[in-house]
Amino acid sequence: MSGASSYRNPPVVAGLLDRVRRLAVGRAPLRFMEFCGGHTHAIAEYGLRSLLPDNVRLSSGPGCPVCVTASGEVDAAIALAARPGVTVATFGDMMRVPGTAGSLSDARASGADVRVVYSPRDALEIARACPAAEVVFLGVGFETTAPVVAAAVLEAEASGVSNFSVLSLHKLTPPAMRAVLDAGEVRLDGIIGPGHVSAVLGSEAWGFLPRDYRLGCAVAGFEPTDVVSAVVALVEMVAGEEPAVVNAYGRAVTAAGNRVALQMLEQVFAPADREWRGLGFVPNSGLQLRPEYADWDAGLRFDIRPSSAPEPPGCRCGEVLRGVIEPRQCPLFGRACSPASPVGPCMVSSEGACAAHYSEAEEQ
Amino acid sequence: MARVTLGHGSGGELTRRLIHDVFLKHLPDPELGRLGDAAVLPREGLPGGGSLAFTTDSYVITPLEFPGGDIGHLAVCGTVNDLAAAGARPLWLTAGWILEEGLPLDLLERQVASLAATAEAAGVRVVAGDTKVVPHGLADGLYINTAGLGWVPPGRLLRRESVQPGDAILVSGTLGDHGMAVMLARQGMRLQTNLVSDAAPLNELVERLFAAGVPVHWLRDATRGGLGGVLCELAETRPYGVRVEATALPVRPEVEAAAELLGLDPLFVANEGKMVAVVPGDQAEAALTAWRAHPHGTQAAQVGVITEERPGQVLLRTAYGGARVLRLPAGELLPRIC
Amino acid sequence: MCLAVPTMLTEKREDHGTVELAGVSREVSLLLVPEAQVGDYLLVHAGYGIAVLDQGEAQRTLSLLNEIASASLDT
Repeated sequence: MSGASSYRNPPVVAGLLDRVRRLAVGRAPLRFMEFCGGHTHAIAEYGLRSLLPDNVRLSSGPGCPVCVTASGEVDAAIALAARPGVTVATFGDMMRVPGTAGSLSDARASGADVRVVYSPRDALEIARACPAAEVVFLGVGFETTAPVVAAAVLEAEASGVSNFSVLSLHKLTPPAMRAVLDAGEVRLDGIIGPGHVSAVLGSEAWGFLPRDYRLGCAVAGFEPTDVVSAVVALVEMVAGEEPAVVNAYGRAVTAAGNRVALQMLEQVFAPADREWRGLGFVPNSGLQLRPEYADWDAGLRFDIRPSSAPEPPGCRCGEVLRGVIEPRQCPLFGRACSPASPVGPCMVSSEGACAAHYSEAEEQ
Repeated sequence: MARVTLGHGSGGELTRRLIHDVFLKHLPDPELGRLGDAAVLPREGLPGGGSLAFTTDSYVITPLEFPGGDIGHLAVCGTVNDLAAAGARPLWLTAGWILEEGLPLDLLERQVASLAATAEAAGVRVVAGDTKVVPHGLADGLYINTAGLGWVPPGRLLRRESVQPGDAILVSGTLGDHGMAVMLARQGMRLQTNLVSDAAPLNELVERLFAAGVPVHWLRDATRGGLGGVLCELAETRPYGVRVEATALPVRPEVEAAAELLGLDPLFVANEGKMVAVVPGDQAEAALTAWRAHPHGTQAAQVGVITEERPGQVLLRTAYGGARVLRLPAGELLPRIC
Repeated sequence: MCLAVPTMLTEKREDHGTVELAGVSREVSLLLVPEAQVGDYLLVHAGYGIAVLDQGEAQRTLSLLNEIASASLDT
């Protein structure tokens, strides 16, 4: 296998785009929503948006775990980092997300011990290397990442590392999709399904979309051919009026998913109610550690729970995340809010809708 | 293990010995050896006409020794390259050393030797120096500042004002090698590669352009911020635009792979041995030929052009016919998993 | 939350191993993909393999993509 390069072949991408154009010609405007920040990023990275026909529009949903982290959740992480003896280990993505009074990056500048790690295993290593420190790993991410964190908790348990804990801010994708669709604010013609979440959950997890919402779902990978072939599949489903789940990422996604990962997820985490930036309170849309793993639950150990916090004044990330407005329709976009001075998280994250649109070249 | 102590910074006997046994041992320049309060350099050392170029840079890198280089080497390359990017022939350097109490003396000596060797290779004299010692916990082992003086021959006017639509944008080689090599050398990354820093003095490379008769409009050495940073600087507030082709960017497969794994963009990863040149479009071939004949320029390539459209912006055209606007990253480049 | 890169498993030591991509190698955990064998391609996310890539499917996808693409441009 030549790895990713075969899926980046420009003539193939051109051919697929041509197919989209032919299928879409003469149709009423179509709108598809991607639920994975990785897709938002890929679309911007490869400049795909402008290559689609005018009547095929892609909108971003709340699929960027950084973007949907509520202000209060960031505040909780910062509060932990401010405690003497606590080291907060986090993915780099979270460093610049604003809470109500600054970000983790600001907290570090003020003396808090915040470290960027690539993997929860790195946080575990820090805990092993510094037995006197209390290492808290910031668990952010959807179903792609949560099993990885579950595995790290199990490893901590198995190797007797007690100065390691997880502040679980993990969230689940299907409840978020339902929340957006049930809100009835947007009219969609199909969903681009999150490829790596699906590698864990399995493509069958999206069966509810055609069944309950008559929406097609094309599970897509992140290479240019993956994204465009998913759009082809979605337009075909609209044309055929047969919404279904199409697995367009068969090399990585199976119908049933990664059973081992799912089992580990199930073992360590239980569903919990969660507040999402933009969606508000969504029942059973998050993950918390089960009582058997209470010893590794930072929320319990430090008696810290994210509280509800107001979003920054004027910030319309919520409406962007629900697809109600496009980033450019936010009055702060490109003015008060830019990647260098972000007001809300959609502009901070490299896969946030606002950051992605900011980088896209407008037609001139 | 012998280490630097606060005593070494006190100006007494220990300081004297440090200077003689470590610094002067490797830096035998006669002017430096006089240990005067200032280097006094004869006017004849400076050719007539032209201009002077004067720059300073501080080096605060971790780890101090990394694949392909070390802080001593970097401390010469960075300053020499700044002078070269101004069109100057580097002549004299100063080197100020801030040592952390506890720094192993053999590590220090290796850095001094490295700095001396690089200076010699670049053809510059280190004529003045200074050392200070700070308490344990400061200076991350060692900080170095170097200032550099060079001479700009007449006729070399390198300004953004000289840049015109139609000009070609060239880069002397592969992108992101230094930043990636250093990042991976840090603890906890768990990535293994054969990547080495590209840190190198580029004054010879620059002279080749002028020797080939290429009317260079602008030069910049790409350091932190990468090629992307240089391009944004090139375009900012100017009445022209910058357009680069994603398919034309020279990137080693290992840098590409490591960048993918970490979620970084090689365009914004640091270099320490790459020069960016803007030359008239019809001179691009001549410039590339001159560069490719030099060991530090074998991978030189044209990456883009100056345009009339989109003044002040940097446009990256993707392989698929789409485009995105390049902007400076907001802060430090952090590995991401999203 | 999707940055996961396909890399080849070059060494396996029980529940962890080494993956390689274009000369870059990384130590990863195989806890989530115990069935992975040396020579397999894995999707790696945050230091863990999360899926073993199906090479047969990959080939099928590529052939299909090439078909669609050339059919479209031909007509």
